[in-house]
Amino acid sequence: MSNLLNYTLRVADNALILGQRMSQWCSNGPTLEEDIAMVNISLDLFGQANGFYEYASSIDGNKSADDFAFLRSEREYFNNLIVEQKNGHFGDTIVRNFLFDVYAVLFYTKLGQGKDRTLAALGSKSLKEAEYHLRHSSNWLIRLGDGTEESNEKVQKSLNDIWMFTGNLFEMDTLDSEMLIAGIGVDNTALKSDWDKKVNEVLGEAKLTRPEDAYMQTGSKKGIHSEHLGHLLSEMQYLQRTHPNAKW
Amino acid sequence: MRQISYVLKHNLINLQYKFYKMTEEYFQERIDAEKKIEPKDWMPDDYRKHLIRQISQHAHSEVIGMQPEGNWITRAPSLRSKMILLAKIQDEAGHGLYLYSACETLGVSREELVQQLHDGKAKYSSIFNYPTLNWADMGAVGWLVDGAAIVNQVSLQRTSYGPYSRGMIRICKEESFHQRQGYEIMATMAAGTTQQKQMAQDALNRLWWPSIMMFGPHDANSPRSGNALKWKIKRQTNDELRQSFIDKTVQQAELIGLTIPDPELKWNEEKGHYDFGEIDWDEFWRVVKGNGPCNKQRLDHHKKAHSEGSWVRNAALAYQKKLELVTA
Amino acid sequence: MSEKIDVWEVFIQSKNGLPHKHAGSVHATDKEMALQNARDLYTRRKEGSSIWVVKTTDIVASQAEDGDSFFDPSDDKVYRHPTFYTMPDGAKNI
Repeated sequence: MSNLLNYTLRVADNALILGQRMSQWCSNGPTLEEDIAMVNISLDLFGQANGFYEYASSIDGNKSADDFAFLRSEREYFNNLIVEQKNGHFGDTIVRNFLFDVYAVLFYTKLGQGKDRTLAALGSKSLKEAEYHLRHSSNWLIRLGDGTEESNEKVQKSLNDIWMFTGNLFEMDTLDSEMLIAGIGVDNTALKSDWDKKVNEVLGEAKLTRPEDAYMQTGSKKGIHSEHLGHLLSEMQYLQRTHPNAKW
Repeated sequence: MRQISYVLKHNLINLQYKFYKMTEEYFQERIDAEKKIEPKDWMPDDYRKHLIRQISQHAHSEVIGMQPEGNWITRAPSLRSKMILLAKIQDEAGHGLYLYSACETLGVSREELVQQLHDGKAKYSSIFNYPTLNWADMGAVGWLVDGAAIVNQVSLQRTSYGPYSRGMIRICKEESFHQRQGYEIMATMAAGTTQQKQMAQDALNRLWWPSIMMFGPHDANSPRSGNALKWKIKRQTNDELRQSFIDKTVQQAELIGLTIPDPELKWNEEKGHYDFGEIDWDEFWRVVKGNGPCNKQRLDHHKKAHSEGSWVRNAALAYQKKLELVTA
Repeated sequence: MSEKIDVWEVFIQSKNGLPHKHAGSVHATDKEMALQNARDLYTRRKEGSSIWVVKTTDIVASQAEDGDSFFDPSDDKVYRHPTFYTMPDGAKNI
């Protein structure tokens, strides 16, 4: 598989897996308005995933977008670890989404300036949505952090528990470096300081304490994931696997 | 003197007119003249109560309806079908919101309405008390359930209460893609593998009768129909709407090679309508009264989401108070 | 059941140049969330370029009973209507 294909899949996988997670909130939101908001976010993410998988399909020349989305095995997905973490309660979801959304905005901004025209176009389009998602998650993080004592405790715990997955966002492996040199990919490491700035700003407003950087989980770029991904995939892939020749 | 008596007479006439406008006679005149009743207009207490019940139950139906369809979101078999299903369910939540919004103009809060749902005092459409057991159910629900809803809703666009009418117009604009989405799934599966076709027929077999039950009992057995029609809350009878739906749908099933599970279904040339079998009214009332396959599950799910969200709503309210202190 | 969330009325401007039209209402605890909720609910099909949200309790409305004294006086003052006056033949733009 080519570098371009692999790189595109990484971006697509983030949108797919987070989209799948958000779709699980349907009919489970704390208000009807939030149900709509979260399904809206899910829809955006699947739209993004679809765009990137279509591009992957045209690069590959053989597999379809659905083939990439539904027919790879656990070790062949390259999403970041944070997006596959469980929804938990609403606070867990908001914290997870916030930390990723800050990254997504920075990432898509840079991708949108890259030399591959399709990736750049997809990046720019996705950026608008990512900015809206960030507005949603940061607004909620502030209200939960600076709401009641109970809500503050809950999301502080969410933050403490998920922090170890944030380092993974800023890793650069050989593929990342080669794509960067080609002028197409994004320098993840360079995004860190802006990410820190935004995260600290919102955490401050949310009256939350930034956790200490300790051991950071890793492995996603090699397709090594948490146990959650397998379950997510088996549910998502069920119909395609059960009816191999069917058209949907 | 003449000027004073003229002013008095003028005021008296105005006053009499004001009181007349608060009578059932005047109200019925306006209904008969196809005028819209707006939130601040005087209305008979029964009209208000009837509307609150009808609109809120319609809203509850949209919201509960998100569950049987939501059941298949994570297993949707393609990116496109997943996005379409998400968009449809999102619309349904939106429709629930439009309807709660219309209902609130009658002087009741959404919180009270949700409490009524939880207490079992308010109902929702019985069709959602049936389970969705395979992907083809997504097709059947869109094609039949939304199809039936459309027949009902198009009629309701002309309902007498302004906010309800405007809500229905909005809803109808969005509804037609729902039915097309469902029918497309059924058509694709009916033309697909043997197993897909079996699933499609199975879904139709299970959901056909519950779908035509959606139109309610025969009008003779429907106690509130009389007032609903007199006040133009309802514009056509249950049986008229049901007949209209069946007439449209039979041909659609035939076109894609599926069989409607009613051996008495037959075109009646003389009447220009389809004759069809009698509904199992025992099943109908049993499910309405709470003993359908999913009644408990649907309500428990709604209550759970609501109670688990309580800390979130409280946090937002607490933050609101802090904001108000700052801007005060 | 203690908490009641505020209701906000939503007005959407569907296209630049057109007036904002009342679309319905949303529940929200503050104006930022009200805007967000309104956008999610009422502009899913790109129906709007601009959104206004107003707390329902901040809206002032004329009473239906005011109707006659509020609006009717102009009905019996015929001289406000332009057709009341006879124009000399040949007068233009008037």
